Amino acid sequence: MSTPVSTLISEAMAGKIGAEVSRRVSFPVSASDIRKWAMAVYYPKHPPRRYWDAEYVDRELGGRWVAPHEFNPFAWMTADPPGFPEVDRLDPDLVEKTLGIAGPGLRFQLNGGLDVEYHGDVVAGDVITAVRVLDGYTERSGRLGQMLFTTNRETWTNQRGEIVQVRRQTGIRY
Amino acid sequence: MQGPTPEVGQELPPLTWTPGFDVWNRFAAVNDEFVPIHMDDEAGRAAGYPAAFGMGYLQWSWAHNLLREFAGDQGRIDKVQGSFRAPSLKGVEVTAGGRVTEVTHDPTGRVVCELEIWTRAADGSPLLPGTAVVSFPAEG
Repeated sequence: MSTPVSTLISEAMAGKIGAEVSRRVSFPVSASDIRKWAMAVYYPKHPPRRYWDAEYVDRELGGRWVAPHEFNPFAWMTADPPGFPEVDRLDPDLVEKTLGIAGPGLRFQLNGGLDVEYHGDVVAGDVITAVRVLDGYTERSGRLGQMLFTTNRETWTNQRGEIVQVRRQTGIRY
Repeated sequence: MQGPTPEVGQELPPLTWTPGFDVWNRFAAVNDEFVPIHMDDEAGRAAGYPAAFGMGYLQWSWAHNLLREFAGDQGRIDKVQGSFRAPSLKGVEVTAGGRVTEVTHDPTGRVVCELEIWTRAADGSPLLPGTAVVSFPAEG
């Protein structure tokens, strides 16, 4: 690995490490949300009964609809901020713009990876709050030129204040 | 735990998918992911691929489907980590697989399995390699 000749990480960017990037609150998760998610991720196979069969959920699970682990309760719209997202999720500088600073202005971005700790279930009726914090920046030179790695840590809690997931996502920009 | 204790080296039964617009559009509908590169071959080519390609988070879901099969009703998925190395391409079969790499007991006696997991393209190239921790209630 070679040392970058100039850094993509400005002083303003470095100064924002640890800052809160976003805070989202989901609408209450519904059995229908869980059923549709499971249908999509198991398609063309049938999902397990616990994700779609109300009689089975009542009889075997005491009426507790548990979402698939990776279920996204924030798709399409959130209760807070209300309405459709007003940000351009495809903007490579979105994190920095959200934090009120200039980004590095790179053209491309990729999802580099995820690292998720599961501490509890997301269950129908839950309202999930996700707080995302900028965890850090690293950079290196590679085949695609100078690349910037941005890690966010997002903690999901339910309406009882219980942590259900801690998610670390690494984005790659170049 | 019910059933035999997992053993180091044990392979998880693989799951396969053949991705295409029928698969991706369903996922886009639940994850709000109607992005041109996943819907339009021209947009996929503009991004440097032969055609439209699949969502990384769908690969992530498929890896979880694999782990849920392994965990069954008794097991608990505690942690999953993965790197998105390459997208899945239209019509190219994807296999999700895994292998138990370590089996230990935590202080409560719970059986803790560490796993290597992956999704791969039909030629064996890695799409989403990663690791996972799945635990089971204490034996006996």
